[in-house]
Amino acid sequence: MSQRLATGGRLIDRSQPRSFTFNGKTLQGYAGDTLASALLGADQMLVGRSFKYHRPRGVVASGAEEPNALMNMGEGELFEPNQRATTTELFEGLIARSQNHWPSLDYDIGALNQLAAPFFSAGFYYKTFIHPRAAWKHLFEPFIRKSAGLGQAPKGADGDIYEHYYAHVDVLVIGGGIAGLRAAHAAASAGARVLVIEQSATWGGRAPVDDDFASEINALVAELAAMDDVQMRLRLMGAGVYDHGFVTGYERLRDHAPKPGAPRHRLWKIRAQQVVSCTGAIERPLSFAGNDRPGVMLASAMRDYVVNHAVAPGQRTVLVTNNDDGYRTVLCLLDHGLEVPLVIDARRNPEGTLAAKARARGVTIRDGYAAAGVRGTKRVTGIEICPIEGSGGAVDTVECDAVAMSGGWSPVVHFYSHCGGKLLWDEAGAFFYPDAAKPPLNQSGAGFVRCGGAANGALQGAEAAQCGGQAGAEAARALGLTAPVPSGPAPEPQAEAPLMPVWVMPLNADYHRRSHTWLDFQNDVKLSDVQLAAREGYESVEHTKRYTTLGMATDQGKLSNINGLAVLSDALDASIPQVGTTTFRPPYTPISLGSIAGEARGDTFQPLRRTPMHDWHEANGVHWEPVGHWRRPYAYPRSGETVEQAVHREVKNTREALGLLDASTLGKILVTGPDAGKFLDMLYTNMMSSLKPGRCRYGLMCNENGFLMDDGVVARLDENSFLVHTTSGGAEHIHAHMEDWLQCEWWDWQVHTVNLTEEYAQIAVVGPHARKLLEKLGGMDFSAENLPFMGWAEGQIGGFDTRVFRISFSGELSFEVAVPAAQGAAFWDRLVKEGADLGLMPYGTEALHILRAEKGFIMIGDETDGTVIPQDLGLHWAISKKKTDYLGKRAQERPHMTDPARWKLVGLETISGAVLPDGAYATAPGYNANDQRNTQGRVTSTYYSPTLERGIAMGLVLNGPDRMGEVLNFPGTNGQIYRARIVDPVFYDKEGAKQNV
Amino acid sequence: MRRYSAFAIAKEALRHNTGWQKAWRSPAPRKKYDVVIVGAGGHGLATAYHLGKNHGITNVAVVEKGWLGGGNTGRNTTIIRSNYLQDPSAAIYEKARSLYETMSQDLNYNVMFSPRGVIMLAQTHHEVRGYQRTAHANALQGVDTRWISPAEVKKLVPIINLDGPRYPVLGGLWQARGGTARHDAVAWGYARACSAMGMDIIQQCEVTGIDSAEGKVTGVQTTKGQIACDKLAMVVAGNSGLLAEMAGFRLPLETVPLQALVSEPIKPCMDVVVMANTVHGYMSQSDKGEMVIGGGTDGHNGYTQRGSFHHVEETVRALVETFPMISRLKMLRQWGGNVDVTGDRSPILSKTPLGNCFINCGWGTGGFKAIPGSGWAMAELVAKGEPGPLTAEFGLNRFREGRFIDESVAAGVAH
Repeated sequence: MSQRLATGGRLIDRSQPRSFTFNGKTLQGYAGDTLASALLGADQMLVGRSFKYHRPRGVVASGAEEPNALMNMGEGELFEPNQRATTTELFEGLIARSQNHWPSLDYDIGALNQLAAPFFSAGFYYKTFIHPRAAWKHLFEPFIRKSAGLGQAPKGADGDIYEHYYAHVDVLVIGGGIAGLRAAHAAASAGARVLVIEQSATWGGRAPVDDDFASEINALVAELAAMDDVQMRLRLMGAGVYDHGFVTGYERLRDHAPKPGAPRHRLWKIRAQQVVSCTGAIERPLSFAGNDRPGVMLASAMRDYVVNHAVAPGQRTVLVTNNDDGYRTVLCLLDHGLEVPLVIDARRNPEGTLAAKARARGVTIRDGYAAAGVRGTKRVTGIEICPIEGSGGAVDTVECDAVAMSGGWSPVVHFYSHCGGKLLWDEAGAFFYPDAAKPPLNQSGAGFVRCGGAANGALQGAEAAQCGGQAGAEAARALGLTAPVPSGPAPEPQAEAPLMPVWVMPLNADYHRRSHTWLDFQNDVKLSDVQLAAREGYESVEHTKRYTTLGMATDQGKLSNINGLAVLSDALDASIPQVGTTTFRPPYTPISLGSIAGEARGDTFQPLRRTPMHDWHEANGVHWEPVGHWRRPYAYPRSGETVEQAVHREVKNTREALGLLDASTLGKILVTGPDAGKFLDMLYTNMMSSLKPGRCRYGLMCNENGFLMDDGVVARLDENSFLVHTTSGGAEHIHAHMEDWLQCEWWDWQVHTVNLTEEYAQIAVVGPHARKLLEKLGGMDFSAENLPFMGWAEGQIGGFDTRVFRISFSGELSFEVAVPAAQGAAFWDRLVKEGADLGLMPYGTEALHILRAEKGFIMIGDETDGTVIPQDLGLHWAISKKKTDYLGKRAQERPHMTDPARWKLVGLETISGAVLPDGAYATAPGYNANDQRNTQGRVTSTYYSPTLERGIAMGLVLNGPDRMGEVLNFPGTNGQIYRARIVDPVFYDKEGAKQNV
Repeated sequence: MRRYSAFAIAKEALRHNTGWQKAWRSPAPRKKYDVVIVGAGGHGLATAYHLGKNHGITNVAVVEKGWLGGGNTGRNTTIIRSNYLQDPSAAIYEKARSLYETMSQDLNYNVMFSPRGVIMLAQTHHEVRGYQRTAHANALQGVDTRWISPAEVKKLVPIINLDGPRYPVLGGLWQARGGTARHDAVAWGYARACSAMGMDIIQQCEVTGIDSAEGKVTGVQTTKGQIACDKLAMVVAGNSGLLAEMAGFRLPLETVPLQALVSEPIKPCMDVVVMANTVHGYMSQSDKGEMVIGGGTDGHNGYTQRGSFHHVEETVRALVETFPMISRLKMLRQWGGNVDVTGDRSPILSKTPLGNCFINCGWGTGGFKAIPGSGWAMAELVAKGEPGPLTAEFGLNRFREGRFIDESVAAGVAH
């Protein structure tokens, strides 16, 4: 059994018990426990079921690499699946449930899958479930989906909040073990601004368990904390390294002490000039039959639990090892009064100091032997042994309740690799380590990540510490600082005997054993699976990974990759470095999507842009329409009115009396400078340089491909300045478009542009009574003589500073009045008040659309869609014949653009008076070569016209203007065919009498 | 080729799986082939497969600088749909979708095509109109799509939040026959079938130069030596510009990073594919249980096959807003690929200025769904030397003539 020891426990505080529940059972642990250590302390070795075969699984590791102990944690809106028990700090009231079993952890029907395991070899599902065709969708896939997955899906919204944090440092040290602390100290001592981050809740890493660095760690932490330019953070994991020295960090602020209302996670966005990764190494399992049984654990994890938490995973532990480091666990267990009946060492005559110490303490060592199998189902009961060269026939069995396995160590090179750093293979230690000659490169082409300590392959304590210090000093030197070679105790002479690479145990294991030897615990990938993949030609390491799912589990191969790679290279008769690794991708361990989204949720998901009159609209029953980041009033329904009825009322009232439109979202870009006219002549299809100050002109803007991209009215303010109005949606990208040309192509033109969109409130006063209202406010002469159509004037209206443009998008008498944004609300209020007796009503975007459609005015985004040229829209009059060039001119001369057989703008009227469906196409006889119906036109805008009391539409029709009166068929998606006649697109006031008064 | 079946699996299980053959051979290149295809991704392999199956041309080599299926074929979010707006697009994507339906049977390899349905959400009035237009177009193109109400969206996707404060869901365009497939399996299934037809798939073989005489291609230089050919097909996605340069012409496209990510696996919670183009994100759940997430391309050109974090952040934000429950899931892995994007966001399947050299590229962010249709059409182009109905509109000359096939005109720009 596993149990809590009577004394000890470096990290736990026995005066602070913590109760928690596991599968509904209440258990006890202590402050300082992880969920895993607390479970083990309560004799709960069985903690989960594997992905494919639902095998019983126990805790195998003590950190981020844990593949088995994943929990459904918490409840309700704080529920979270797949939480690693080994990195979950215990807190009072923690609720954990094991995953992937039914009906219970102890009795799981899914475990029957194991019986069929011979049929479920690697990639079996690619070879079957092929017939009958429908069965995949309706039978096999639903079954597979249900059996797969791990934790439960959360339900509903997240009850926690998250935040982002930005840091800019000279040197970022990832990992707060002895190497990382030394690195930080060296860099900071040289004058660098340093941030050192550690994923766990304590400084020191493995050193306090494996070596005696306690006093130095305390001293370093104290010294660093006292330095001005050093920031230190616990529970902050390095997540990913990206180009240009960008690093993400994942700080778990509240996972260990949940508190609603305070951020749970904080995503750090760190810009570091130099990154030093002192991220240690991860011990590898050994590959022997039954190595996945609960109670088989990494040797290092076992001593972590004993030393850190005073938890003994077993009473009688057998060590299986191929190296000296495993003996540390033996000595540790003996020191804590636990039994070690046997060490199985693959090597002959291990002679290292540690082995000698164990031997001296009376431990039996079977050297040149292998584990041949593990007894027990939900818990280890014994281990079988055989000679290392054997095929597995057991020569002996030893009773035990735990097995420690030690297969050597793999440096954590993730942060070196995320951004392209290359690795080398160390034959003696059998691990990949950073190739210092090929680091990830920053924006200047220089390396910006280096590794220190065990992450750099310096696995021994003192050697690792020294290596960390050197890495810190080198990082400082890379910044041009002077860093002395760090002092510190010189590493002891190598006291450990060499490791013997053993990738399958015993070396000639028979098929039965190889098919019961786990490489990837969570995904149930066995040694035989990788061998099969190689045999079937999935020779690339990426093919093998994807075919077998090796390394694709939530630990991303931290335990399995090197072991699997070695088996693959053996099967291919290639060397390990030749086969290479799969790509290391961020994040180092999974990070919450909530932390990535940060504060941007709900109302703050995207910035909301509000016009100065926003609150008035809100208070007056507005029905909003999102337009980019703006909200625009779609209509103002009155009580008892539908939105549609409101729109119709607004249209009629504007035509008959007086309407008020908030046009503030309209783009307003000031273009100024001696070359402003020349610039606008290139931007617009028509001539702008000839515009007189005081006048406005409607213009069309095309992209390089000749397609119409924006339209609007340009007002000439003075000799050198123009105010360009764009569509609401176009303000930002048209401004960017201008800057693109000015900065990249015409950089010597003297033009300056400023986006003034938000500087002004703009209000359209529209309708037969428009002039009356403005005259009522007074301050200017609004007569047609003084302010003619397409003129503008500056002055005061009713005491407000204004600029008035006499332009119309409705066909009515219309003044668009701009006032400084701060005066917008007051000016609007005044207009509303003074206009009441003139029948004033505000109108929204939908009424605006109908008003313009009745007049046959095009709308960018409706009549245009990025494939339409001005010539298609009958806008030849707005295309200058005199100019030698404008953006899009050359493109419009291409054969397809000048083809007379293009779809062109017309009006459409249904025979029945009904409204044509939006986006409907007019069919033409026959089918094309791909068996699609031929078409000859489409509806671009369609509305019910309250003015004409019938449906009206605009559309693009093949040779449309030449086919007036013809009737076309528009099939709807409802099965109905709409018949519509081609008519003039101007439905209302064709002479323009109303706007010109 | 030994057939895969439940029976074969049972038989092999009894003899410890020792009888399985290699899924494909790994031969050394021969001196000359009728056709050399550069690029053993989905499109290249599908081209080879249909050259053999439809046109009886099997003296074919597919050369690949890395491992087969290792480019965008093995990096995408596996969405298959054909609800495109423009006729030429709808034709080729629908051809592809229909070929996906029978691909497992055709290849005797389970590619796990899962016609679970795809919804494209409309979250602005503009988008509503765009998708209604697409629905009208699809009806005439023989593509089975339907405009659905917010209530229907909710029924199909219970985890969706219809009433987000910024962009409430106003409806969606639903293609019930769209879905997903296992991307690696598509490449592997084609590779196995091509190899069985006697074609050579040569991996770890990078093309370093293109040989020509009298304006016609004669072969390729590779890291495994010179290989002569009568016809050459370039099907290399993000590397198209580089390869075209070797052949002496330029392409109207840019290479940009596109990223994707997956969550940790959870039990089934979403049965369909959802694309939300206003907020720029899409999501489905893999058979393994991971939420598979993608978004828009990065803003810069690059060949690194990795992207910048802020794009991932934008995508995740969009999807947390759309599916609030995923906030409590964790990102397991993010990755990137290189996609080649043309000016009109539509592919190029074309003859080139070099005689007997053909190119298939520019699928941008949406190539996976097109693989079988693209292979079918490209094989016809290579075999006959002239474009057929599916490729007629996708020629390089369209950029000179202004005959664009612009798909961004409908509300959705994401593929």
